[in-house]
Amino acid sequence: MRFVDEFRDPELIAKASDEIRRLSDPNRHYRFMEVCGGHTHAIYRFGLKDILPSNIELIHGPGCPVCVLPMGRIDDGLAVAKDANVVFTAFGDMMRVPGTHGSPLEHKARGVDVRIVYSPADALQLARRNPDKQIMFFAIGFETTAPSTALTLMRAKAEGVKNFSVFCNHVTIVPGIRAILDSPDMRLDAFIGPGHVSTVIGCRPYEWIARTENKPVVTSGFEPLDLLQSIVMLLRQLKAGEAKVENQYKRVVPWEGNRAALKVLAEVFQLRPYFEWRGLGFISQSALKLRDEYAEWDAERRYPIPGTRVTDPKAAQCGEVLKGVLKPAQCKLFGNKCTPEHPIGALMVSSEGSCAAYYNYEHRKAAAMASSAGSAA
Amino acid sequence: MNGSAAAAAVASSIRFSDPQIAMAHGAGGKASRRLVEGLFVPLLSGGLREALGDAARVSFGGSTVAITTDSFVVRPLRFPGGSIGELAVNGTMNDLAVSGAKGEAMVATFVLEEGLATSVLEAEIRAMAAALCAADVALVAGDTKVVERGKADGMYITTTGIGSPLSQVCVDPRSVRRGDKILLSGPIGDHGITILLARGDLDLEAELASDTRCILPLVEALARAAGPGIRWMRDPTRGGVATVLNELARDCGLGVVLEEKELPVRDQVRGACELLGLDPLHIANEGQFVAVVAPEYADAALNALRSTPGGEDACAIGEVRSEPACAVLVMTNYGGSRIVDMLIGDPLPRIC
Repeated sequence: MRFVDEFRDPELIAKASDEIRRLSDPNRHYRFMEVCGGHTHAIYRFGLKDILPSNIELIHGPGCPVCVLPMGRIDDGLAVAKDANVVFTAFGDMMRVPGTHGSPLEHKARGVDVRIVYSPADALQLARRNPDKQIMFFAIGFETTAPSTALTLMRAKAEGVKNFSVFCNHVTIVPGIRAILDSPDMRLDAFIGPGHVSTVIGCRPYEWIARTENKPVVTSGFEPLDLLQSIVMLLRQLKAGEAKVENQYKRVVPWEGNRAALKVLAEVFQLRPYFEWRGLGFISQSALKLRDEYAEWDAERRYPIPGTRVTDPKAAQCGEVLKGVLKPAQCKLFGNKCTPEHPIGALMVSSEGSCAAYYNYEHRKAAAMASSAGSAA
Repeated sequence: MNGSAAAAAVASSIRFSDPQIAMAHGAGGKASRRLVEGLFVPLLSGGLREALGDAARVSFGGSTVAITTDSFVVRPLRFPGGSIGELAVNGTMNDLAVSGAKGEAMVATFVLEEGLATSVLEAEIRAMAAALCAADVALVAGDTKVVERGKADGMYITTTGIGSPLSQVCVDPRSVRRGDKILLSGPIGDHGITILLARGDLDLEAELASDTRCILPLVEALARAAGPGIRWMRDPTRGGVATVLNELARDCGLGVVLEEKELPVRDQVRGACELLGLDPLHIANEGQFVAVVAPEYADAALNALRSTPGGEDACAIGEVRSEPACAVLVMTNYGGSRIVDMLIGDPLPRIC
């Protein structure tokens, strides 16, 4: 398969892994944060941790939109669907995310009209086909998915589709990274920069990380070879004592980003003064809301919103895991009270959440590796 | 045990605590297993259970028969490569086949929705007839019910199959040993991805067809070549290969280790899975089976499968080891590895 197989070539991967061993200083411990949940998922799925030297530690960052969404927002969205008799539409990613009174799928089982869509345009189409129903799109995601929400709103406005609205939870990646860096217990050497988000915003927004924080950033693709090459590039910078932003994912990410996408974002959205991130707390100017010109399509202005605030269970240590202070398995609830089937914290819900990825792919593996090494000997 | 003590024993073995039934309970993964083992088995089988296979063996009057039943609810009713009528025959015959039995007779129940076009029904009855003929099985009884418009997706079919055990074949997860080889009859994921695309919600197109077929000829070829070496067989329908192998790992207490590079997956299925964030190991199949055979029989078994029409792509995908106990591990192509769990709920595409 083109654009996939060449980035999974075992020979090239072995070469990259040799290069990593050659460049890394065995007496030094490296802490690299992969910002994007897609990277976390890929690292576990391809078993990349097994190939890396043990002194390179990968810390899973805040780039999983489902994971950083506070439970109160889910409660609010579902409350609108229930109380105002509105059709709740969202990506499949959202469907199993628990609210206080259950996930969207559980609400569906109780009779709330919940539907999976594959794009906001599908939700708009649902509105066109069902003029007697109110369709609300529960929008989540970073700058990756926000442009498609923006375009859909522009179309709804142009066509005058009145029975469509957006409950906007779009967040922006850079303030999230800033919050991580501002955290006092955070010690990172470098960043594997987000891939999909950067296709929209480009690489320039990370330049301050290199300049003022003196930490290298390499924007990376999602295949095993992409990630290993990005680690090679980070090690080269560290070895040379440099800190700059580099683009490993050039086949997809333009340095300046996607101007057309940035333009529609600016036309439809404005920054909220502040927004709550699960595990990280309130972060200023970190999320998008609809501009006044789109007020008519803004679910938060159309319907009464309870404004639910839910504090995470005290025993759950999502914040520490999200900041990389704790490994998923070090959380008290991991694997016993909190599992992918019964998630308590959001990191266990999305397959891109570090706890779910760790649980799905890593859990119980140590024993297996020990055993296969034993049988080989 | 007196009556009240027995009742108390049953009550204490009910472990299903979900307040309501959700779609996940029918998706074939963890939730389905919890429902069956936590509610149905304690109340209907007195809490005793054999490993839950695809078919049961019942002995009476000096002979033994295999029996199984399955309901078919699929949207759309017709899809590339097959339709609900064909599935309803093949699915049940395949459950018998992987239990080491040849289907001899079938009964069918139809739940039809008011308003269903007769032409649609007739097409499905014809599809069933053709599949029955191919499998050399007679339909011996049936029943029809009609429900109000909106109460069913066109039609639901339930089929029950009765089969005669194949000689020399004994399928039991407890017979599985360390070192046994895991064989797969052909490419995985075709059916599930075909259905996903046929629903038309995704605006994706691929030249792909469901793999629905009767696998009995393959199972018979395997039994002839490696009968005494067959330890276990399953057809990986809902929940895919990962789910049936996790059930095996749990039932035998050993580890199942797969080699990713050996897994046969068509490019169309891989492509769709990559796009949607799904794992081909979790996608449903309707014409494949997984077999665990003793290592000394593995070559003969593979040769037999590959020389049988429809088994050309059969391959060995891994082996049974002592670790990871009760789990499935996939070795990636570059020296890494990952645990693959059962499917949780329905596979939901990832977008953001």
